[in-house]
Amino acid sequence: MTKINDFVVRFANVNGTGSASANNMFAKAIFRMGIPVSPKNIFPSNIQGLPTWYEVRVSEKGYLGRREGVDLLVGVNPQSLTQDIATVKTGGYFLYDNSKKLHKEFSRDDIHFIGVPMIELCMQHYSDARQRQLFKNMVYVGTLSVLLDIEMQVLVGIIEDEFQNKTKLIAPNVQALELGRNYVKEYYQYPLDIRLERRDLIGNKILVDGNTACGLGAVYAGATVAAWYPITPSTSVVNAFEKYAKKLRVDKESGQNKFAIVQAEDELAAIGMVIGANWNGARAFTATSGPGVSLMTEFLGLAYYAEIPTILINVQRGGPSTGMPTRTQQADILSTAYASHGDTKQVLLFPSTPKECFDMTAQAFDLAEQLQTPVVLMTDLDLGMNDHISEPFSWDESQIYQRGKVLTANDLENMAKFGRYLDVDDDGICYRTIPGTHPTKGSYFTRGTSHDEFARYTEDGGAYTRKAERLLKKWHTAKTYMPKPLFYQEKSNQSLGVVFFGTTTYAALEAIELLENQGVKLDAMRILAFPFTDSVEEFIAQHEQVFVIEQNRDAQFRTLLINELEINPKKLLKVLNYDGSPITADAICQQIENHLNHAKPQSNHQYVVHKA
Amino acid sequence: MSYIKPKFHHPQSPQNDLGYIKSDYEGAISTLCAGCGHDSISSAIAQACFEMAIEPHKLAKLSGIGCSSKTPAYFLSNSHGFNSVHGRMPSIATGANLANRDLIYFGVSGDGDTASIGMGQFVHVARRNLNMVYIVMNNGCYGLTKGQDSATADVGSVSKAGSKNMFQTVDLVSMALELGASFVARSFSGDKAQLIPLIKAAISHPGFAFIDVISPCVTFNNNVGSTKTYDYVREHVKYTSTVDFVPEAEEITVEYAEGESKAVKLHDGSYLQLQKLAPDWNPQDRFAVYEKLHRAKQTGEILTGLLYIDTESQDLHQLLNTIKQPLNTLNEKDLYLGNEVLERINAGFR
Repeated sequence: MTKINDFVVRFANVNGTGSASANNMFAKAIFRMGIPVSPKNIFPSNIQGLPTWYEVRVSEKGYLGRREGVDLLVGVNPQSLTQDIATVKTGGYFLYDNSKKLHKEFSRDDIHFIGVPMIELCMQHYSDARQRQLFKNMVYVGTLSVLLDIEMQVLVGIIEDEFQNKTKLIAPNVQALELGRNYVKEYYQYPLDIRLERRDLIGNKILVDGNTACGLGAVYAGATVAAWYPITPSTSVVNAFEKYAKKLRVDKESGQNKFAIVQAEDELAAIGMVIGANWNGARAFTATSGPGVSLMTEFLGLAYYAEIPTILINVQRGGPSTGMPTRTQQADILSTAYASHGDTKQVLLFPSTPKECFDMTAQAFDLAEQLQTPVVLMTDLDLGMNDHISEPFSWDESQIYQRGKVLTANDLENMAKFGRYLDVDDDGICYRTIPGTHPTKGSYFTRGTSHDEFARYTEDGGAYTRKAERLLKKWHTAKTYMPKPLFYQEKSNQSLGVVFFGTTTYAALEAIELLENQGVKLDAMRILAFPFTDSVEEFIAQHEQVFVIEQNRDAQFRTLLINELEINPKKLLKVLNYDGSPITADAICQQIENHLNHAKPQSNHQYVVHKA
Repeated sequence: MSYIKPKFHHPQSPQNDLGYIKSDYEGAISTLCAGCGHDSISSAIAQACFEMAIEPHKLAKLSGIGCSSKTPAYFLSNSHGFNSVHGRMPSIATGANLANRDLIYFGVSGDGDTASIGMGQFVHVARRNLNMVYIVMNNGCYGLTKGQDSATADVGSVSKAGSKNMFQTVDLVSMALELGASFVARSFSGDKAQLIPLIKAAISHPGFAFIDVISPCVTFNNNVGSTKTYDYVREHVKYTSTVDFVPEAEEITVEYAEGESKAVKLHDGSYLQLQKLAPDWNPQDRFAVYEKLHRAKQTGEILTGLLYIDTESQDLHQLLNTIKQPLNTLNEKDLYLGNEVLERINAGFR
């Protein structure tokens, strides 16, 4: 059966052989043909030599989550051959380099083998060893373009864009494509029964990774200080910030930077610098992943307690400990929400798309200054390091930076009495001053020790309690500042609900459609922030049972809901994935069906299952 | 405890060039033990700032945790202060300095806060040459937790409880030199005549200015057998030079015999007039200083004074090539990029 614009291609490469740009080109070509596409890097914590995969899902229906089952595998890594051949679906294709003959033991009767002598072709046409290796990647892209009907002029266009500044390289790259194309045309029937057809489903969307979006968001938000310590998968956030800052934030006259970036000695110092800079009135941020958040925890407690704006981007990876540094999870929910010893609650934002990474990074700066507290953007490796189709970035030019309650010298002149922690407006948010504002008014002593309304050290139980409760009042105020959840129906009308956040969204939306086709109807809510707004509580109250989909073992988000909203744990059902790969719609459907099937015999038509 | 000192002062109290009196540079009443060396240092800091006529709000005080780190509450109450977490003052200072290069950053730490838990941050703030004053109030022990040895306790030094320190000592002055600190000094809390001009010089120095101040702990480390007692330090101290800080506007009036003195010009136009007590001492020769420090350590001498200065060093802002205008004053006018730029960036992702 022919499948147009609906298949998965997986590339099996060796790390460090230049395959990434060829693979990206493949995905981008599909994107430029107007077809929804979702590429994912599956890579080792290694620089050179180990197996790496690149998986591209093509879905005319716009399903952009990962899907199990490979329709076509490009196997150019001898190390992983056995495993790669095994992953191909029955009836699928295995494209390989037959410069060396494939041993019999690898053969499978239920899939098609397509051999192309990639190395041989490159040996014949190129003399330089590095070129032979790099162009081999282009040869398989050329091969695929014939097999899957990728438009040649689209590929040439991408090559021309890529080598704008090195035009000499355009012709040899196009030639390598042709080598692959000509070989397939001569020896194989084409196109395959899985193939592409141009559509117009992309509109003005862009294809970009979340980390780039966060870095750019920080530039637009007016961040002037970034301090960081390298850690996968967050490194490219600060790299992107630096790249755009160097382009957009250098004073033209003096050639001097309107920004400062410090690679710190560790994550403790990185967050310390961010706190110091924000305390002193600059917008500063850092980016890290789980192990870094663990190290930053003491400082996050200080920022919470001394009420200093702090912006942290947590690109989550597989934990605990060093865990799986190059695999994805949503497993820092609880450790970040309650980061620090003592009674602490931290504000979290959960983006799902690069556009939301951009918007919410900018929003994080406003919220941190308005609420005078840390705000953590909870993204993950899948969102941060993989390209996603996204709404284009945009910026409301009429908006101003929300700097919160900061007193000027003039304000200080005209006020009777300044107390850093006086709750003047009765919303739990106090007025702060920036060092250097006024010669004799407004100075105070910032401290992590218990303090009274005038920032003086105290061990008085009454003063301590007033502070603790005022912080709780601020937390309630914070709810009104948070982005509201998104609902995928006009109003709740099913007895079953489903809750998800972050990158789980892609697979969750697909699963909801698949389940609906099977007659299982669910109301859906995507949560964007912690503290939870009132509408989160209402949605859960409106449903008999609510599935909480997330990517960690312990159902941490579910725990957070139970803990914060005092929900009966039995009401919230776990739907989980924690093997390090992005969750799939199939996995979600299966777990929801299991819950429903198990529940049926005991319950008295507790679930309303609508048959289609 | 948190006392507010009486605001009353004598009408004829001397004023500095800005019209402030000494008490404008003081802080809350100290809660440290009577006789603590740290209080003398706090008082020297206040005196130095008064004499230099520093606007109190143009200075930020920063500290970590420990007895020493409490002291910023006891001087310059019109300055913003930040008592951060243990061993992490340098990172707070770095961030604060990046945000506003126009303030003076005055960091106070202790031997536990710097030589143990904060060693990592001390090392890196020194090598980045952050423009700040970094004072260690060094008493060789942990006061707040009742007298445990710290990493700066000398080998064989005896604690109040009677036990000898078995471990090698961390000499912060040698470390600072090794790490490339551009101003390195050592002093003694009991010697204000030396300490005050050193603090002034450190404030004037446009880079990382480190002062290790030996400051006896009267409660837990002032016993016989300890090498950080008032008596021991007085017996073993050796001056490399006396230092006179001469502000920009004033002329050098003191005359010294040829070869005995050296004037070091600082970047802000002020001078350090050193009267050398050791004739071959050259505070601008890092390697020679390093060697002399090590030799002195072997003979049990405590070298004090301005040990090293590099007047040409580049501070972190110069190294990062940041604009002269403080980053914390940039607003929408300076930073807005608009949608047109964004649309071009979008086009690159299609």
